[in-house]
Amino acid sequence: MNVHEYQGKEILKSFGVTIQEGIVAETADQAVQAAKDLQEQTGTKMWVIKAQIHAGGRGKGGGVKLAKTLEEVKIIAGEIIGMQLVTPQTGPEGKKVNKVLIAEDVYYPGDSEVEEYYMSVLLNRDTGRNIIMYSTEGGMDIEKVAAETPHLIFKEEIDPKVGLQGFQCRKIAYNLGLSGKSFKEMTKFVASLYKAYDATDSSLFEINPVIKASDDRIIDVDAKVAIDDNALYRHPEYEAMRDKSEEDPTEVEAGENDLNYVKLDGNVGCMVNGAGLAMATMDIIKLSGGDPANFLDVGGAANAETVEAGFRIILKDPNVKAILINIFGGIVRCDKVAEGVVAAYKNIPDISIPIIVRLQGTNAEEGKKIIDDSGLQVHSAILLQDAADKVSEVLA
Amino acid sequence: MSILVGKNSKVLVQGFTGGEGTFHATQMIEYGTKLVGGVTPNKGGQTHLDLPVFNTVADAVTEVKPNVSIIFVPPAFAADAIMEAAESGIALIVCISEGIPTKDMIMVKAYLSDRECRLVGPNCPGVITPGEAKVGIMPAFIHKPGRIGIVSRSGTLTYEAVDQVTKAGMGQSSCIGIGGDPIIGTTTKDAIELFMNDPDTDGIVMIGEIGGGMEAEAAYYVKEHGTKPVVGFIAGQTAPKGRRMGHAGAIVGGSSDTAEAKMKIMTECGIHVVESPAIIGKKMAEVVGVLA
Repeated sequence: MNVHEYQGKEILKSFGVTIQEGIVAETADQAVQAAKDLQEQTGTKMWVIKAQIHAGGRGKGGGVKLAKTLEEVKIIAGEIIGMQLVTPQTGPEGKKVNKVLIAEDVYYPGDSEVEEYYMSVLLNRDTGRNIIMYSTEGGMDIEKVAAETPHLIFKEEIDPKVGLQGFQCRKIAYNLGLSGKSFKEMTKFVASLYKAYDATDSSLFEINPVIKASDDRIIDVDAKVAIDDNALYRHPEYEAMRDKSEEDPTEVEAGENDLNYVKLDGNVGCMVNGAGLAMATMDIIKLSGGDPANFLDVGGAANAETVEAGFRIILKDPNVKAILINIFGGIVRCDKVAEGVVAAYKNIPDISIPIIVRLQGTNAEEGKKIIDDSGLQVHSAILLQDAADKVSEVLA
Repeated sequence: MSILVGKNSKVLVQGFTGGEGTFHATQMIEYGTKLVGGVTPNKGGQTHLDLPVFNTVADAVTEVKPNVSIIFVPPAFAADAIMEAAESGIALIVCISEGIPTKDMIMVKAYLSDRECRLVGPNCPGVITPGEAKVGIMPAFIHKPGRIGIVSRSGTLTYEAVDQVTKAGMGQSSCIGIGGDPIIGTTTKDAIELFMNDPDTDGIVMIGEIGGGMEAEAAYYVKEHGTKPVVGFIAGQTAPKGRRMGHAGAIVGGSSDTAEAKMKIMTECGIHVVESPAIIGKKMAEVVGVLA
């Protein structure tokens, strides 16, 4: 589960990480009040207005701007709130901005140059251990840094038996070229950051940038925080941070029906039991000349209700020109799934697109017979290749 | 005995008296798997499915000497169950439970690292040696004893491959579902190595998916040490970057864990890669020389 920047920063702060302070606002007037309050708290002379959406690259789309006066805060906040923000990560339709974070200026002038670093905490799947990944090249697209200058990316792996050690924090601070007060601050920053990651059951922290301010403070300026969905039961306080308006409404509806749905851009919908088979079914749609319109796993308990819910969700997408249902019956019986398909077809008015049902495994032949005898415009198949051929036929 | 499980496996069920445990234990017994008992805390001393129930794995080990344990406990308690089995000296632990927090699995992996046991899963369908023993939740009837080994990260896609291999006139030595989570016990490479060293296996089907580096690791192993033909498929060729496709581990992170990148490495390492999941069986028949 992803949370907003302002929520991520709240979490980090609660574990002792120094953050760029800020106050969230939903209207231009609230933004002005927030700016005044923030000035009292921090003494900041300028404000950064940051759109709160679950996507990176906000600056590139005009979602992060500097205001030098309260009038500018009002104007800029008014522009950003309600805008459809397009970033490299949102897709062309963009995402609506409902909230802005009014943040203090941390690039103030002082005795030393401001430096920007990159830091993330994540799982190294190859070793089954967490790593802290960091770079002197902060504020940039880290994938680009990794591709062009891989020697500027460092990784520190944490042994789960003992956790993050002091020497590791020092190593990170040395590798970032720090000394004196900023060195000390960085070791503290890293230790607090990892403590937060571990305690919150997070699956990703990405801080880009972490800065060394001109007075040698180490400050978290952005926060991408993702919490492990499987561990949310241990953290109801973070579960409450879920912002459903950031999620695709159809995906939310699917989740409420115990269906695992991901919307894609293609023209052939699919409904499958099992995630691996669902991905394979998407692949076969592509090989048959179509493009998958979705990923949809109905799980281990496919029945009449889940099949009907799946149909309704797929049919919401106007781009869908055909639907392929692919069920491998194990514990799930194909005849029951076939009955579900027939019932759903009768319950949902005006299904005008071709449907191909491929049933294999337990009671597959019985299931095929139910489909074939139903008199409905539904194509049935037993072999996966037959189903693929039928997809090609109906798209032709 | 093919690999991992066989006639001599004595199987314990953790989470024995629950709904899932009861259902699948019954199916395993019907298949002829030698179940020796189960564990459900605070139900020790009872009898379930005509088998003894124990409070702890250690009690079960003392009384009925299992060498395999299969775990059906809910995800919040599954890591604990795996560690209990390991501590009690169970050699093969098969964890079916889905949805275990990653942090728990990081601990489990560290805990198992200096212990003599093998974990299969979690979030997997289990292991079967057709005609001998089923330690999992797969539909038994699609399997046939034979000489093709199958390893896969998914459930129903494994069944698809099994079914195609059977229909192409071959059978299976063993089939291992290794699980779809980011941290799992037995990797693709581990399973391939077991099959390469198994005198009862002539060819291997390897099914992977997007996310992680396991398939590349397995491919390099095949290139270095391969003595048998391997047919490979990677699910998720059309999956978009950064979106999780059902399995916790099925997500494209960078350019190296896409289906395309994996298929390229596998091909370079001499694996017979199929683009379509519909021709896995046909391809296997071709490379081992069976007329379908």
